[in-house]
Amino acid sequence: MVSRYTFTTVGGVALLLAALAGCAPADSPSASASASPSADVCPAGALDTTTAGKLTIGTDNPAYEPWFSDNKPSNGKGFEGAVAYQVAERLGYPAANVTWTSVTFNNAIAPGPKAFDFDINEFSITPERRNAVAFSSPYYLVRQTVITTKSSKIAGAKSIADLRTAKLGAQVGTTSYQAITDLIKPSAQPQVFNNNDDAKAALVNGTVDGIVVDLPTAFYMTAAELKDGVIVGQLPQVGVPEQFGLVLDKDSKLTGCVSKAVDQLRQDGTLAVLEKTWLAGTGGAPELS
Amino acid sequence: MVLSCHDVRKTFGANVVLDGLSLDVGEHEVVALIGASGSGKSTLLRCVNLLAEIDDGTISLDGEDITDPKINPDRVRQKIGLVFQSFNLFPHMTVLDNITLAPVRVHRRPAAEAKEQALEWLTRVGLADKAGSYPDRLSGGQQQRVAIVRALVNSPRLLLLDEVTSALDPELVGEVLTMIRDLKGDGMTMVLATHEMGFARQVADRVAFLDRGRVLEQGPPEQVLGAPTEARTRQFLARIIEAGRL
Amino acid sequence: MTSELYRPSSIQQERIAYRRGKAIRSVLLAALSTAMVGTLLGLLITGAPGWQRVRQSFFDPHIARQFLPAILQGLWLNIRMLVVCALCALALGLLVAVLRTLRGPVFFPVRALATLYTYSFRGLPLIIVIYLFAFGIPGLRLQGTPNVTVLGGAAIVITYGAYLAEVFRAGIESVHPSQIAAARSLGLGYRQAMRFVVLPQAVRRVAPPLLNDTVALQKDVGLISLAGPIDAIRAAQIGVAQTANFTPYVVAAVLFVLLALPLIGITDWVTLRAARRQNAGA
Repeated sequence: MVSRYTFTTVGGVALLLAALAGCAPADSPSASASASPSADVCPAGALDTTTAGKLTIGTDNPAYEPWFSDNKPSNGKGFEGAVAYQVAERLGYPAANVTWTSVTFNNAIAPGPKAFDFDINEFSITPERRNAVAFSSPYYLVRQTVITTKSSKIAGAKSIADLRTAKLGAQVGTTSYQAITDLIKPSAQPQVFNNNDDAKAALVNGTVDGIVVDLPTAFYMTAAELKDGVIVGQLPQVGVPEQFGLVLDKDSKLTGCVSKAVDQLRQDGTLAVLEKTWLAGTGGAPELS
Repeated sequence: MVLSCHDVRKTFGANVVLDGLSLDVGEHEVVALIGASGSGKSTLLRCVNLLAEIDDGTISLDGEDITDPKINPDRVRQKIGLVFQSFNLFPHMTVLDNITLAPVRVHRRPAAEAKEQALEWLTRVGLADKAGSYPDRLSGGQQQRVAIVRALVNSPRLLLLDEVTSALDPELVGEVLTMIRDLKGDGMTMVLATHEMGFARQVADRVAFLDRGRVLEQGPPEQVLGAPTEARTRQFLARIIEAGRL
Repeated sequence: MTSELYRPSSIQQERIAYRRGKAIRSVLLAALSTAMVGTLLGLLITGAPGWQRVRQSFFDPHIARQFLPAILQGLWLNIRMLVVCALCALALGLLVAVLRTLRGPVFFPVRALATLYTYSFRGLPLIIVIYLFAFGIPGLRLQGTPNVTVLGGAAIVITYGAYLAEVFRAGIESVHPSQIAAARSLGLGYRQAMRFVVLPQAVRRVAPPLLNDTVALQKDVGLISLAGPIDAIRAAQIGVAQTANFTPYVVAAVLFVLLALPLIGITDWVTLRAARRQNAGA
């Protein structure tokens, strides 16, 4: 005998099924293999962007010097700020049609639709990361650099061996941390910090003897932010040179066009000019071996 | 005089519970306190045991004024035993541990000696097999007898019993009363607050009727319970008889 | 005697049969609807267009294998910190709770200090306390400043101690005053009454919320990583950044759950055992 209770239960389950079926998965752009760019699929100012007619660029908050200026990417200052606007122009988007959005590292690599067209935020290109995101052509060659303060015990270090007994630190998620573990291999476990501000604070406190950052950040920090800051030296490039690239959604249709734009900037010397403008004085740091 | 209460006054807020109460208890004497609820029986016992501070008057134990603020109340309480209506055994300890706690920790007796004495007492009251049990395994009557043993192992000068059978089922009351009768035979000085008039008649040397914070009438049980002189005593006893408890 | 000869009457047998049939029907219906909902959810998730990407991004077995050793090594720090911080916080909490329950006007300053401590540190976010301890104190450059792990641990102990103090205090105050009266009547002093009668009962009563807080502590000790040391989550984060893949987080999550299971089991066991003893004499 089927009771009233049974009817209620079955009815409830049927309703639930209907509701679930009703949540039809949202239409997502079909993954198209657009590996090879061709000239006629990059209409200037009319790309398949998240907002039609506008280019949405992402970066993290805070956006650090000398890559950006005053934590305001929209002012177009700083090396990456300038590069971003140049790329936008080549794609047919004048500054008025560019909007910036705040994107954390996790947002950039998460599966699912992105709120930006490309992300510029000192992302190093690695083969592992290519499984999750798409990279443009590289726009900057990175060198990892060890910096410290004058009073530190490694202030006078001349080689990597001199650093082995030191307590070093780096920001999480950067290739700087890997440089410590792969190249220096210190006896004490390296310290990892949420951001470079904390790393800097630890350095000033003396809880770490030195920190590893990329070369432009090294120059900026020692010149403008650290009292008695000292650049110990650049770490050697081992294997494939480390380079920064713009990050796009893995299935993005814009990757080809964006890469083309970056290639143009390199070929016509714009990148070199921007480097000289914003990253001046980043030559002459000693090399460690 | 083992115990001498003189003009004791105790108030709780605006409520005067003990109003100039005087009572003496001699060595080996058993005094039963009777009276309505709120007449001050429990309060008196707690004041004697220094669990409550009196507001006026003096209480003396063996001639020494124990209500003197300079006196350390813990030392006094080592000489007085108080057994409660709700047994108050320590639930996280076995029966044996309940009994040996004070001898070992307060009187600093060796553990083996305290255990031996505890087992002697338990055997005497027929609870030796419960020594290792926890209180939740015992009946009410058994727990109360353990509580009395717990108070006795410290060899107190005076044993105070606060309505110790009131929380028990009727068929368990007997075993507790038997134990108290035995203690009287040992010569223990006791003050017991009780509703068991029949028992008071059997065991007490003196019955004191408390009314509105004072001892209204006291004397041998046949007199106070059989032929009371005060009207209020008679009224109280009449109510007890009505309730079938005399 | 009579129970051996007892056989249920026919009425009773009918009742038993009816109830059994009803129970079987309920179980079948529950199983069927669970299976239907489960299957549908499964189909919904795996049939979604983005499922492949999500599976790659969160459940990649190669990456899981690659970073498991590093995450385990980080987890070792979590475990060590958990044990040390838990013990210290429990001790501190118990001490503060006892101080807060001292009676008598002469102890007023002590009670006031203890109350101030519990009020302020329960309000302070743990992250801020860790920052203050691990970045602020070394900045003073005092002689003999301990390393950041110790400082961070101290921050955790002081913050959690405030919570545990309140839990202990609730336990102490829940012990019926008649217990204290009985203890004092036996001649035990205040400290002895606390030690032998009140605290053992109080601690047993609050064992469940204490263990709950310990499970929460297990997660919060990971915050030490913001001062530099690498715990399980940080190790996972490094892996995530290196591969642009979230699988290391999933691995860390699974390890944390596994770590919490024994604690949760102990909590249940202690709760059951304590409930037995509480109501003697009632």
